[in-house]
Amino acid sequence: MKNDLKNLISPTDHPKFLMIDSYDNNFLKEILNLMVSIRLTEERIAIGRRDGFVGGPVHLGAGQEAIAVGVSKHINSDDAVFGAHRSHSHLLALNNNYHKLFAEVLGRETGFSRGMGGSMHLFDISSAFCGSTPIVAGTVPLAVGAGLAFKLNNKKNIAVSYLGDGAIEEGVVHESFNLAKVMNLPVLFVIENNLFSSHMHISLRQSSNKISRYAEANNIPYSVIDGNDVVAVYSSSKKLINSIRNGSGPMLLECITYRHYGHVDWRDDIDVGVERSAEDIANWKTRDPIVLLSESMINKKIISESYLSEVKQEISKKITYAWESALDDKFPSNESTLNFVYSRKL
Amino acid sequence: MKQKYSYGEAIRLGFEYLLDNYPDVFIIGQGLWSPWYVGNSMTDLDKNYGTERIIDTPVSESAVTGAAVGASIVGMRPIVVHPRMDFMLYAMDSIVNQAAKWSQMFGGQSNAPVTIRGIINRGGEQGAQHSQALHTWFAHIPGLRVVMPSTVKDARDLLISSVLSNDPVVFIDDRWLYDQEEELEIVEELDLNEQKPEIQQIGTDITIVSLGFASKLARDSIEDLLSEGISAELIDVRILNPLEINVIVDSVKKTKNLLVIDPATKFCGYAAEIITGIMEVIEPNEIQSKPVRISLPDAPAPCSSTLEKDYYFNKSDIIEQVKLMLQKKI
Repeated sequence: MKNDLKNLISPTDHPKFLMIDSYDNNFLKEILNLMVSIRLTEERIAIGRRDGFVGGPVHLGAGQEAIAVGVSKHINSDDAVFGAHRSHSHLLALNNNYHKLFAEVLGRETGFSRGMGGSMHLFDISSAFCGSTPIVAGTVPLAVGAGLAFKLNNKKNIAVSYLGDGAIEEGVVHESFNLAKVMNLPVLFVIENNLFSSHMHISLRQSSNKISRYAEANNIPYSVIDGNDVVAVYSSSKKLINSIRNGSGPMLLECITYRHYGHVDWRDDIDVGVERSAEDIANWKTRDPIVLLSESMINKKIISESYLSEVKQEISKKITYAWESALDDKFPSNESTLNFVYSRKL
Repeated sequence: MKQKYSYGEAIRLGFEYLLDNYPDVFIIGQGLWSPWYVGNSMTDLDKNYGTERIIDTPVSESAVTGAAVGASIVGMRPIVVHPRMDFMLYAMDSIVNQAAKWSQMFGGQSNAPVTIRGIINRGGEQGAQHSQALHTWFAHIPGLRVVMPSTVKDARDLLISSVLSNDPVVFIDDRWLYDQEEELEIVEELDLNEQKPEIQQIGTDITIVSLGFASKLARDSIEDLLSEGISAELIDVRILNPLEINVIVDSVKKTKNLLVIDPATKFCGYAAEIITGIMEVIEPNEIQSKPVRISLPDAPAPCSSTLEKDYYFNKSDIIEQVKLMLQKKI
């Protein structure tokens, strides 16, 4: 495999501090807190899965929070966001209601999808989250269609499609890129390139690790950035989204990142992951988006060393409460299986 | 005198009605700017309604169908056209995994009111990959509504009902029905939820249940059967899923004989579902003869003219079968 991403894929060779000078301190604290909250929420789900409270598979995105947090700041409530199997962060970055996520993952009727979807099928129209589903690349053309609807209605809205380096191997993604470009549709494709598809490293699957080569092939403007640098995600997505809203057609943002957990559930997957080692995971945890931002803020004396642990403690308390309370929530009624198959009850 | 329209023209009338009255309707698919692909069922729609709403596309069934599903989720009522339903197989994920399950996965908070029009375009020595009738596949999927009009009126009115339904609908028409002609009243919007199999001929000796092209053949057989002294009750299924089977149950209880004609291959086919559905609810003494199905051989459609002629059943096959059944009562 050709390494076209250079040191973006290195867990050790990276700048120690982020370029945060042009950002408001409160804004930086807000995005730091949100990333911490999403991380702790997923860690709670990981434990719940390990301990048998969560019955179904959970695809955790710990380590990748910067992407959704950076992009979501530019999304309006009447835009349309589509996710996939690893979408907890995509939703929480828009609506940080971890109680509703816990309830959903636990199959309770108070969940984001009324307990009918679980971790892999999330929905929250109040925050523009139109749906996440786990067939790899399945929602990519749906986002293109949402973009088409916006264009037909002369709206300034955008559709966002989150997809990974694995999804790019599905044919429908290439059809979708071409269709979005040839129809000049307002769609942002956000590539979360975490170098792995399930257990397979990208070097075993593709001839280059740079996913945006397919944007080039379709004349879609793109940026390739460090996906663990939340301010880079914020500023790059801002630029692309503004230009999409102004009618420039689809754009692609490739974010290089790494997931701390294995493909599914709470384990590291170093045994099944080809080219995935305990050493790599440990190194990548030093290139963690939360570490990068908090160290940068401490360096600039925006926050103190103790700030982070206090924030974590405070959020952790709320999360524990939300988890316990979700465990007490009701399951959907037995009629629910048939009631929602069609828009009208049979 | 009212004007007569053909089945193909009736579909076009349905499109015109929708485009005139519903700004959230658009049509997308391959061949929509060309007279080649969809017979007379969409003539000049692009010229009359503009290429923004009548969208011809790249050869990308999967992305195009997915795009229609996505547009429907955010409030549009798109119609995707697949001029040959064989090509629809590229779009199965968007239809089966996404659209069909969209409502239930999210607890009824969202739905995908998309209509997917698949045209059965067989005959003419087109062979295995240009001839399939796959309605039963789609009828097997909970969450999809499957509509198969066989009359001129249904071609127009059920298209309108399908597009106005809040659920994803697979609307299947058959080019072998296009030449039928009928006078049409003005459009009256029908709620798809209330549509069910239709008794198109009242009879007393046998219930013939059919769908799509087979319903036309069944209608064409009535006179000949009558001349043989046989009074057949004809039921056109129309709405394959969700199926309102009681219409058929009541008819079988009356005639005590059941023939099902499905213009598709036999194994695991729609006729099997009808016969099973009936046999499950009637008493053994409520039927006089073994239920019979007429369908296509379990083989891809052959190209060669003699084989193709033999592959498809025709009116006389139906008449012969009915006579045989009524002679050999249990």
